Amino acid sequence: MDKIDWAAFPDARGHFGPYGGRFVSETLMGALDELQQVYEQYIGDPEFMAELDHDLKQFVGRPNPLYHAERLSQELGGAQIYLKREDLNHTGAHKVNNTIGQALLAKKLGKTRIIAETGAGQHGVATATVAARLGLECVIYMGEEDTRRQSQNVYRMRLLGAEVVGVKSGTRTLKDALNEAMRDWVTNVDDTFYIIGTVAGPHPYPAMVRDFQAVIGREAREQHLAMTGRLPDTLVACVGGGSNAIGLFHPFLADESVEMIGVEAGGDGVETGRHSAPLCAGQPGVLHGNRTYLMEDENGQIIGTHSVSAGLDYPGVGPEHAWLKDIGRVNYVSVTDDQALAGFHRLTRTEGIIPALETSHAIAHVLDLAPRMRPDQSIIINLSGRGDKDLNTVAEREGITL
Amino acid sequence: MSRIEQRFAELREQNRAALIPYVTAGDPEPGATVPLMHALVEAGADLIELGVPFSDPMADGPVIQKACERALRFGTGLRDVLAMVAEFRKRDTTTPVVLMGYLNPVERMGYDTFAETAKAAGLDGLLTVDLPPEESEDVVDLLEQSAIDPIFLIAPTTSEARIDHVARAARGFVYYVSLKGVTGSQSLDVSALAERLERLRRHTGLPLGVGFGIRDAETAAQVARVADAVVVGSAIVRLAEEHDGDGAGYARAAAAVVGEMRRAMDAARSPGAAATV
Ligand SMILES: Cc1ncc(COP(=O)(O)O)c(C=O)c1O
Repeated sequence: MDKIDWAAFPDARGHFGPYGGRFVSETLMGALDELQQVYEQYIGDPEFMAELDHDLKQFVGRPNPLYHAERLSQELGGAQIYLKREDLNHTGAHKVNNTIGQALLAKKLGKTRIIAETGAGQHGVATATVAARLGLECVIYMGEEDTRRQSQNVYRMRLLGAEVVGVKSGTRTLKDALNEAMRDWVTNVDDTFYIIGTVAGPHPYPAMVRDFQAVIGREAREQHLAMTGRLPDTLVACVGGGSNAIGLFHPFLADESVEMIGVEAGGDGVETGRHSAPLCAGQPGVLHGNRTYLMEDENGQIIGTHSVSAGLDYPGVGPEHAWLKDIGRVNYVSVTDDQALAGFHRLTRTEGIIPALETSHAIAHVLDLAPRMRPDQSIIINLSGRGDKDLNTVAEREGITL
Repeated sequence: MSRIEQRFAELREQNRAALIPYVTAGDPEPGATVPLMHALVEAGADLIELGVPFSDPMADGPVIQKACERALRFGTGLRDVLAMVAEFRKRDTTTPVVLMGYLNPVERMGYDTFAETAKAAGLDGLLTVDLPPEESEDVVDLLEQSAIDPIFLIAPTTSEARIDHVARAARGFVYYVSLKGVTGSQSLDVSALAERLERLRRHTGLPLGVGFGIRDAETAAQVARVADAVVVGSAIVRLAEEHDGDGAGYARAAAAVVGEMRRAMDAARSPGAAATV
């Protein structure tokens, strides 16, 4: 691979090679220009960054540990496994890194109303949390199917003062929640800030959310160097929209020795068609404001996805991942629902950490990968969230009534 | 001269505003669409906007979302829609037809295949709501080679600088989105609209169409006084829901609404009415 200037991506119009860009209705173009301008102004501004760092430290609890999972490493008998503990953040997942940042920008823009889409409810909770803290009105769109799967998170959001709107259109999951949030934004664009929860959507969202999530990789890189004196060999993260993955990967892109693996939701198995793995089994198209890999039929209609984890149940993926796949910098694989469940139990029993079902996909892949590596090598898994929200789902699958 | 130019030239001559009904292709069933298009023309439509059903119609309100869902029950895709245009052209060679929809079905078909097939079908324009001029250069070139006009939107939020940019890329007519919101919203402010259109005319010589939020004959007439074209979507498409499974009934009901709008618009432009502008 030729040397790539990673800082040059995306280009000024939000393109990662052929991917990304800004494919939205005209009404939103002005708001996106405005957002891009404040984001570019503040992301390099020392005062803003100090404010952000303060919130990440005092409110979120960063830096979180890079934990050496010794027992799991030993059992698997291969590479040393390190867990980047995003599950220890306030609200229980990496999502809050981004909502803190975007909420600060919303304040700078003088917006009084926050909206967001959510799948698993983690991004909804993280958004409702920052809105409560800043005293902003908050509306969360969530597919009706997901409000059922993640009813605890719905209650959490309501406790935090957010209005949760169950979306009944289409497949009633994350993609439909995003459609509905876009419709709200186009109607209320003057006073409303849309906090997108992943590295998707129109420019500047994929770049902006990445920049807010890159704190994961910056910390992990420093921590791994301090603990072992060297860089990790492999990074593994689950990929829904791709924000926790890009957050871990991005600060390592220039480190050529570091291999990266994104794990998509294989559902019942990619060969069955019932999955959420656009990078592994989809093709390029345009949805939700950007060009990226999608799951679609021969007419270009977006097709229903399936995953045991609501947070990965999305037919698209952030455009930067599409590009990283094409240029071969990151390898994307998939893991089935059953494998993810096995990963969930394995980590819980061996390390005393209950991971989110999304995260369990990354763990499942490492169960397979680590034994094929040497004990002097290391893997960092992005432990993107904790599993409390998934206890009902796991129990139900295993025939247990709580 | 393209069919769209020709049509607007005739209307200008007659001092009439164009009436452009929007219907979703394949709604409520595939066989209903071509007879519906003919019925709309007979009732007074000057140009037809044919919606391409999409699974994720982000810019549309509930009425057109449901129309897409009804059409998708039968799997109506872009190729089927182009076949409907070709069928329509067998009997009507003068009424311009513009497709309105989202980019992904066109992207999936392939831009060159689309341009060729659309040209052969007798299509006149393409409006993809999620394709701003910034991302459209390659597509526009291919469309131009096939003599298909790229139609672009201008919104109340479009800055003065962008208006120029959009107007330069646009062909056929400029579609002014009359309000902030999705299709079928209900708060069109006609006096603000008049002022806005005046400003737009400084940037473009193309005819100005207005859509989103025109619900009845009265609003259509008010808009017809200040705009070159009136686009009506949800007010027609909502009738398909009442006539699900009854394409002929839908066509009759839609023609009645279009006929009423036609009369109100023409009355608003008649010499006697001009004073009330
Ligand atoms: C814990 C956790 N991990 C991962 C994801 C997937 O999102 P992303 O791919 O943007 O990190 C989610 C989404 O809800 C989540 O809650």
